[in-house]
Amino acid sequence: MSTLVIKDLHVAIDGKEILKGVNLTINTNEVHAIMGPNGTGKSTLASAIMGHPKYEVTSGSIELDGEDVLEMEVDERAKAGLFLAMQYPSEINGVTNADFLRSAINARREEGDEISLMKFIRELDKTMAFLEMDEDMAQRYLNEGFSGGEKKRNEILQLMMIKPKIAVLDEIDSGLDIDALKVVSKGINEMRGEGFGCLMITHYQRLLNYITPDKVHVMMQGKVVKSGGAELAQRLEAEGYDWIKQELGIEEEAEQDV
Amino acid sequence: MTVEMKLAVTANDVRSFSETNSEPAWFTTLRESAFAQAAELAMPKPDKTNITKWDFTTFPSWTVESDQVNALNELPAEVATLVDGESQHNVYVQRNNTPAFHKVSQELTDKGVIFTDIFTAMREHSDLVQKYFMTEAVKVDEHKLTALHAALVNGGVFVYVPRNVVIEEPLQAVFLHDNAEASLFNHVIVVAEESAAVTYVETYVSTVEEAKGQANIVAEVLVGDNAQVTFGAVDVLAKGFTTYVNRRARVGRDGKMDWALGLMSDSNTVSENITHLVGDNGSADSKTVVVGRGEQKQNFTTEIRHWGKDTAGHILKHGVMKDAAQSIFNGIGMIEKGATRSDAQQESRVLMLSEKARGDANPILLIDEDDVTAGHAASVGRVDESQLYYLMSRGISKQEAERLIIHGFLAPVVTQLPIEGVKKQLTEVIERKVR
Ligand SMILES: Nc1ncnc2c1ncn2[C@@H]1O[C@H](COP(=O)(O)OP(=O)(O)O)[C@@H](O)[C@H]1O
Ligand SMILES: [Mg+2]
Repeated sequence: MSTLVIKDLHVAIDGKEILKGVNLTINTNEVHAIMGPNGTGKSTLASAIMGHPKYEVTSGSIELDGEDVLEMEVDERAKAGLFLAMQYPSEINGVTNADFLRSAINARREEGDEISLMKFIRELDKTMAFLEMDEDMAQRYLNEGFSGGEKKRNEILQLMMIKPKIAVLDEIDSGLDIDALKVVSKGINEMRGEGFGCLMITHYQRLLNYITPDKVHVMMQGKVVKSGGAELAQRLEAEGYDWIKQELGIEEEAEQDV
Repeated sequence: MTVEMKLAVTANDVRSFSETNSEPAWFTTLRESAFAQAAELAMPKPDKTNITKWDFTTFPSWTVESDQVNALNELPAEVATLVDGESQHNVYVQRNNTPAFHKVSQELTDKGVIFTDIFTAMREHSDLVQKYFMTEAVKVDEHKLTALHAALVNGGVFVYVPRNVVIEEPLQAVFLHDNAEASLFNHVIVVAEESAAVTYVETYVSTVEEAKGQANIVAEVLVGDNAQVTFGAVDVLAKGFTTYVNRRARVGRDGKMDWALGLMSDSNTVSENITHLVGDNGSADSKTVVVGRGEQKQNFTTEIRHWGKDTAGHILKHGVMKDAAQSIFNGIGMIEKGATRSDAQQESRVLMLSEKARGDANPILLIDEDDVTAGHAASVGRVDESQLYYLMSRGISKQEAERLIIHGFLAPVVTQLPIEGVKKQLTEVIERKVR
């Protein structure tokens, strides 16, 4: 079993504090959902976990199985077992999806023990078929000219090929039509199990119709303000966030689009 | 302004060389006249690079003798691996100034295709060579370096593809430089007559560390009406050369010209690649990738000039600069009056890998017609931080991530080269140069 523990995490961007003390514990074999209005710091949390250089952790800790994640470089975090499906994946010209994935897999293996090309292709074909992706996506340049939905599917392809211990999925559902949402959910559900834990960041309850979370957290103004089970998401869907704001005495503020 | 020429060659040497080489009289005359003009003409003035102090004229000897070989595997490994073994049927290898190996398929010969070294072509097809030699694309009297080139041609290739002949398999030329004393005044002519099609790929490769001679290279491509030419080139010449390389095409009606140039030489270099779209509805696509390193200074001009109506010209230039290398990338789209509905597009991007490196993208659009479309994109910058972050978030080390991004950046030319061996070599050269 693996555990990601986030304690009293404070994060600033360009000197402005965005996260104001986040506490979360995610074990493998668990699926957590974080919901919350736009601009409350969900992506900031994801970026801080993965180590984006722009996000400065001012206090608090992140540990994976007792190891200090904040001490690690981005690639070391990935090799330790973390994964982030990004809200806006980069496009990289001239690097094929397949070459990129093979590099990512081989980065986890010792020199001389690289995955054989045959085995790699077999796994890639199988996974792409599972995610109902066109075969030619393997030879296309990484995310270049991909539609929003193709990019999200491609993030899940990477997730399934890389097989991390703990994955953070940042708005993996946004911009997907219902068929694509089903496929993406199928991928995530396939990963579910003993060796895999997941933190899904989402705006909409819709995703949770396909992936039932073990825990749901609500984030507002840089903090996790409420946690519960799957039923919490349903109440949010039915009633919105106002009742939580009232319950906690949170001042109304304009939603920001990020 | 003009630098005093201190040539290792006299007018007499030129005449006697031409006679010994059994060249047709017209060419002896052309050489002599060019030699006289070289002394008078001014140097070219590549935009934004001052070359007045560059030495284009000193060299130890005009020609050197090198061994011929009977089989490709007798050549250095750097050359042998460029050729895709038995599947490559049409190959010319020139070793310094000596035609060292040549094979051409019976099938092409039967179709009337000529693919041979430039001097054999002059002897066997004098009229044909005379028709195209510095008459339609490049002119002898453009400047000192074109004249010097014409006077001192000491190698090269002649390709002639008759009307309606479509050659599927690429023709391959390899220019091996393995003698530090050698100078390369190579002249290449590729002619595709009406509705013909051909792909020609040339590689310049130095196996000596440092050159003492000059590289003054001209390639002329004549694309007939409705003809298609793909011209691939990989230049990996040693430092020590002062390289002038001029690759130029003239494209007829409905003709199509594609350039894929991997310019990886370690020498100071002036490279110009100009395509004239003369006929209506012609098109040109010119892709260039460059890696500069060390103290190298380079100037790359790519120009597509639209004369015919409905012509399309696309320029792509990607350069990686490291160490203290300096490069200028001039991209010129020029639409002449009357070239209505033409489209001139270009993209120049420079990636800087060190503080001291310099790279300038200099896009120019010169438009003398109203009803046209044109555009350019240019950027100079470092490796993109968010791309690095993305790759690293998958466990790829920073170094490997940079490597992937750089190879991707230079891929537009690599992927375009139709010969596996050449593609592989270019990838390896990039690997070696950016490391
Ligand atoms: N790169 C950035 N530079 C400056 N401010 C940022 C940046 N990214 C996000 N922010 C700000 O941080 C806050 C939280 O953003 P984010 O974590 O993206 O929210 P969410 O993902 O919950 O919508 C917002 O107020 C946003 O404007
Ligand atoms: Mg977000």
